[in-house]
Amino acid sequence: MAEAQPAVSLNGVSVAYGLAGGGRYEAVQPVDVSVADGEFVAILGPTGCGKSTLLNIAAGLMPPSSGESVIFGQKLAGLNTVAGYLFQQDALMPWKTSRDNVAIGLEVRGMARREALALADGFLKKVGLASFGDRYPHQLSGGQRKRVALAQVLVREPKILLMDEPFGPLDAQTRLIMSELLLDLWQADRKAVMFVTHDLDEAIALSDRVLVMSAGPSSKIIGDFTIPLKRPRDIAEVRSEPEFHRLHSQIWNCLRDEVRKTYGLSDKGLADKNGSAA
Amino acid sequence: MSRTKLLFLQVMVAVVALAIWHVGSTVPVGAAANGKPVFLLPPFFFSTPWDVIKRVATMFIEGSVYKHLMITLIEALLAFAIGASSGVLIGFWFARKPLVAAVFDPYIKMMNALPRVVLAPIFALWFGLGIWSKVWLGVTLVFFIVFFNVYQGVREVSPVVLANGRMLGMNERQLLRHVYWPAALSWVFSSLHTSVGFAVVGAVVGEYLGSSAGLGYLIHQAEGVFDVTGVFAGMVILMIFVMLIDLIVTAIEKPLLVWRPGETKTV
Repeated sequence: MAEAQPAVSLNGVSVAYGLAGGGRYEAVQPVDVSVADGEFVAILGPTGCGKSTLLNIAAGLMPPSSGESVIFGQKLAGLNTVAGYLFQQDALMPWKTSRDNVAIGLEVRGMARREALALADGFLKKVGLASFGDRYPHQLSGGQRKRVALAQVLVREPKILLMDEPFGPLDAQTRLIMSELLLDLWQADRKAVMFVTHDLDEAIALSDRVLVMSAGPSSKIIGDFTIPLKRPRDIAEVRSEPEFHRLHSQIWNCLRDEVRKTYGLSDKGLADKNGSAA
Repeated sequence: MSRTKLLFLQVMVAVVALAIWHVGSTVPVGAAANGKPVFLLPPFFFSTPWDVIKRVATMFIEGSVYKHLMITLIEALLAFAIGASSGVLIGFWFARKPLVAAVFDPYIKMMNALPRVVLAPIFALWFGLGIWSKVWLGVTLVFFIVFFNVYQGVREVSPVVLANGRMLGMNERQLLRHVYWPAALSWVFSSLHTSVGFAVVGAVVGEYLGSSAGLGYLIHQAEGVFDVTGVFAGMVILMIFVMLIDLIVTAIEKPLLVWRPGETKTV
């Protein structure tokens, strides 16, 4: 992608932590990640590879040890205010009802409460929770809470969506429904998306491009695959296409050794480590 | 268990206890050498349930008790209001300023370790024998409960909810209002029963140690003349009073904590 201004551009970003006993733990080697405007990019990797860390850097929630993140051509200092962040864990305010949770992101901007609530109701409807506005988070199921969180993020109309394994804690059926919902909503006004996941099927089905990260420590990006599946996609159907299977085995080859490495199963070299299709 | 069954069992406990008390204090188990009957629970030391009930009824009918109830109530309310509000403010302040918290930490612990009874005479000296010495005694009790709860509550706000608040565009002030504050308040409410109870304890202990009115004064007066019936009557009134306050607290906190898990029941 050679656009003038990528939505997100992480340039030589690395992450290292100071250890308690002195010394340094390098979590992520300097990496370059670029997400074009309107592009859906999945970052795939084994657990603990630092993919969520990259997301937090793009969000401005933590500073990189080196390198910089550039958002629409502007160097990021502090929080990324044009991004919406969908967390893996429950991030709703438990003391607010669904509609208050969705409306709050607008109210803090200075929007009148009435107007904010009206917009919130609209987005709750979009995520299929029109009649759940007065429920508190603990009165909703995990999938419903995720949908409220999605509405909470989308109602602010962010230019960039950052998602940290958002559907990770959900059961398989709910994940499928949520993925469909996400694609439907995304299709309507394509925003740039950085979607962190450890689920290969999910990554291929959703995204335009899949970046594969190696196992930590000192993880780096070892694969960059373009997903040429047509859009709009039907999540359930796309999985039966031959192209899907070709991509699946291609990316899995790249990922397999890394997954094994995290569990100490294999130390053999990364034969396909540059097996890039992009 | 159904509500009625539970209530029945609860009442039974009281009935059995009263029955033992009644039998022990009115049915002689023998006679002493001088011919006086001997009781398992001599009425001079234990009074009898019926006497206590009559005394309580008399106190309410004659109306002598209302003034004392009112005084104790006012003291407890003031102690709670001052203790809780200062506990919230300082707890909040300490939680948000780790340096301040670190500096004051040993002193807070020392003051909290101090048994409050030893403060009562000093407070009487400083604030006189009126209501204020009792109020401040209650404040020293309520403050620490609320303070520790708010401190804990603010410090233990979920980092994810906090990060979410930031990503939703909240500035520090808005985070305070929409995230820290509700989180801390929920801890205050969870300690409400304890802190209201301690406000009453502070008031009564203060009265007991030196005053001219209040439930603690009533009990102390009765003890001074070995009027055991009066002591028990005062204790009964105090228990009813605390129970009523507890009911009111429950009624207040219910709508405020609807967002808390564990409130939903299948029907």
